Amino acid sequence: MSKNPEFVKFDKVDKSYDGKVLVVKDLQLDIAEGEFITMLGPSGSGKTTCLMMLAGFETPTHGEILLDGNIISNIPPHKRGIGMVFQNYALFPHMTVYENLAFPLRVRKVEKDEIDKKVDKALSMVSLSGFETRMPAQLSGGQQQRVAVARALVFDPAVVLMDEPLGALDKNLRESMQYEIKHIHESIGVTVVYVTHDQSEALTMSNRIAVFNDGKVQQLSNPAELYEKPVNSFVAEFIGENNTFNGEVIDIAKDKCKVKLANSEILANPISVKSKGEKTTVSLRPERALINPTDKMDNMFTGKIEEVIYHGDHTRVRLNLLGSSEFILKVPNSTSNLELKVSQDINIGWNSTDARALDPK
Amino acid sequence: MSSETKKILTTDGIPLEVSLKKAEKKNKIKAFLLVAPLLLFLIITYVFPIGEMFSRSIDDKMITNMLPKTFKEMEKWDGKELPPEEVFTAFYYDFKVLVEKQEHGKLGQRLNKEKNGFNSITKKLFRQVKRKKIDESVSIKEQIMKVHKRWRTVEYWQAIKRTAPPYTMAKYLKGMDMYYAADGSITQVEEDRRIHRILWLRTLEIAFFVTLFCFLMGYPIAHLLATLPMKYSNLLMICVLLPFWTSLLVRTASWMILLQQQGVVNDFFVMIGLVADDNRPEMMYNKVGTYVAMTQILLPFMVLPLYSVMKTISPSLMRAGKSLGGTPFVAFWKVYFPLTIPGIGAGCLLVFILAIGYYITPALVGGASGTLISNQIAFHMKQTLDWSFASAMGLMLLSGVLVIYWIYNKLVGVDNIKLG
Repeated sequence: MSKNPEFVKFDKVDKSYDGKVLVVKDLQLDIAEGEFITMLGPSGSGKTTCLMMLAGFETPTHGEILLDGNIISNIPPHKRGIGMVFQNYALFPHMTVYENLAFPLRVRKVEKDEIDKKVDKALSMVSLSGFETRMPAQLSGGQQQRVAVARALVFDPAVVLMDEPLGALDKNLRESMQYEIKHIHESIGVTVVYVTHDQSEALTMSNRIAVFNDGKVQQLSNPAELYEKPVNSFVAEFIGENNTFNGEVIDIAKDKCKVKLANSEILANPISVKSKGEKTTVSLRPERALINPTDKMDNMFTGKIEEVIYHGDHTRVRLNLLGSSEFILKVPNSTSNLELKVSQDINIGWNSTDARALDPK
Repeated sequence: MSSETKKILTTDGIPLEVSLKKAEKKNKIKAFLLVAPLLLFLIITYVFPIGEMFSRSIDDKMITNMLPKTFKEMEKWDGKELPPEEVFTAFYYDFKVLVEKQEHGKLGQRLNKEKNGFNSITKKLFRQVKRKKIDESVSIKEQIMKVHKRWRTVEYWQAIKRTAPPYTMAKYLKGMDMYYAADGSITQVEEDRRIHRILWLRTLEIAFFVTLFCFLMGYPIAHLLATLPMKYSNLLMICVLLPFWTSLLVRTASWMILLQQQGVVNDFFVMIGLVADDNRPEMMYNKVGTYVAMTQILLPFMVLPLYSVMKTISPSLMRAGKSLGGTPFVAFWKVYFPLTIPGIGAGCLLVFILAIGYYITPALVGGASGTLISNQIAFHMKQTLDWSFASAMGLMLLSGVLVIYWIYNKLVGVDNIKLG
């Protein structure tokens, strides 16, 4: 059985609520069967709207949404067979855990024995066996969350949508739930569309991430590529930390360009710049810049330490470098650590391939 | 030693419990003083009047105090034949005291309620006593019996005997169309005179249907209020509350203008050809008028509790219901509706209890077939001045409400009520 690479397809979808502003602009997105895809973006970027359109609670203003090759724009939500985990779990407070899980099966007129079996299986999947008779209010946030996941999966939907399901949990629980959901996804192979504004959540869990901004997908790629090779300055800024230099391209070759800053020049990797004279924002991940590099690097500068912040596993160092006092360095805390002191001068170097010249901000 | 619970002491050696009580005492007194005015107000305006009403409804001391000697002698009388000489004599002396105090009239009125015909014969007796026609040296029994033939009838003396106890349930029986028969047993009044029972049933019926109509109309309104965007829901809320800001009398009067035979509604029906001009339906001074006006007036009491409950129901629950495969109806019926039950309970209880004691509206638009028990109570308060009967019916109404509340508590649970 081959996986359908276009299991869910947004085909030129536009969405406007008031007829004046487009919340989603010309969205083209294919989701493969069994994939875990995350829609990531700041609030108001249109990601939740996309999810709601897929679930059937909102209708596209223009364009079609296809599920397994069939247009579903005119199918009401209850006939789409799409499971959904809501932001606040949306467990039915007047039903027990069992009744909550049995609800989707009962409305499908499944036999009683079959319901028992499926509920059992779903609960053991989220390791909540024995909680059948509890009311949702008697469960902790993490347990409610797991019940919500189990309920969305119990009727074997083709696609499961998750709308910031971990937003209400505390940090530790959120991290363990991330792994749990990831493992459930791997073990049953359901297609998951996940919405979040938390980039680390997206990086941890997804096969692919669609970064949304301003109603558009800015970049759609796997987590590593998204982090290492952002295609524009929004993505570079939004995912992970980022040092930026604004300047103008003064020389360009195939894989290298020279960017003129206010009072110096750096070498960068031309990504979205094509010709001389273009304005650009150069993006550099903090961990790609090294202190006192031993190897030869094509960008070598001296900066002055402005601030040292201890972070447990690493230390963040803010430098005044190339006229900007916002340059951040991440130094792992190891035994061979350097003595870093404020107002000390240090040498910094990085490779031009790591400095990506993107569209100007 | 292990069974002995160790007392925890503070650093000063005072037991912790004592220390805690001492620390909390000031706060407790403060809290009580804050509540005290309301408590006092409630006792004066609520507990006291109801107690007064209760004692009035069973009070029968007036006559007991008027005829002390008579009742004492009557204790020996078996009540089957005419009472012996001593009873007549005692009655005569009691009556003489009353004549001197000018209170014989009250006695006549009171006894007349017990049995018709007493008023005239006490007046006759009064004239004889006033003119000192009764010779105290010979048999008083003979002389009284000569005043009127009713004084020779045993039923009248039985009636006097029945008034002897200082307390009576007669008013309550009357409220249920029953009375004490001559032999003291409880009997129903003749079928064509059982008006109170009809009124009780009608009150329950109207209260029930008004509650039902309020629910059927209020539920969608409340839902709309809870789900509409703010700017529309505020406007709708004002529409719901607008009747509250208008005097009850004005609202009822406007319903009279609308519903009368030459009124706006009838004009409209004639205009669209629904009814003939010479055959306009009667929509006022009957149950229809009462239903329409009371439903409109009590609607906010249904909408507000429902609204406050629906406002707390997350819209994502309905979405969850739908996304899990429930049709919109199933999602509503299995998910939304059960969550609104506390609001339904509160609204229905509120409307029903208000409706069961409603007064002005049925009095104005109800007509003969639309009057309720409260109108009857008012009638006895103002027209017949039988306050003890009015009190008795008032208390019956109150206990009826308490019973309904109790049943409701058993069925739904008062904890489930949510007023806001």
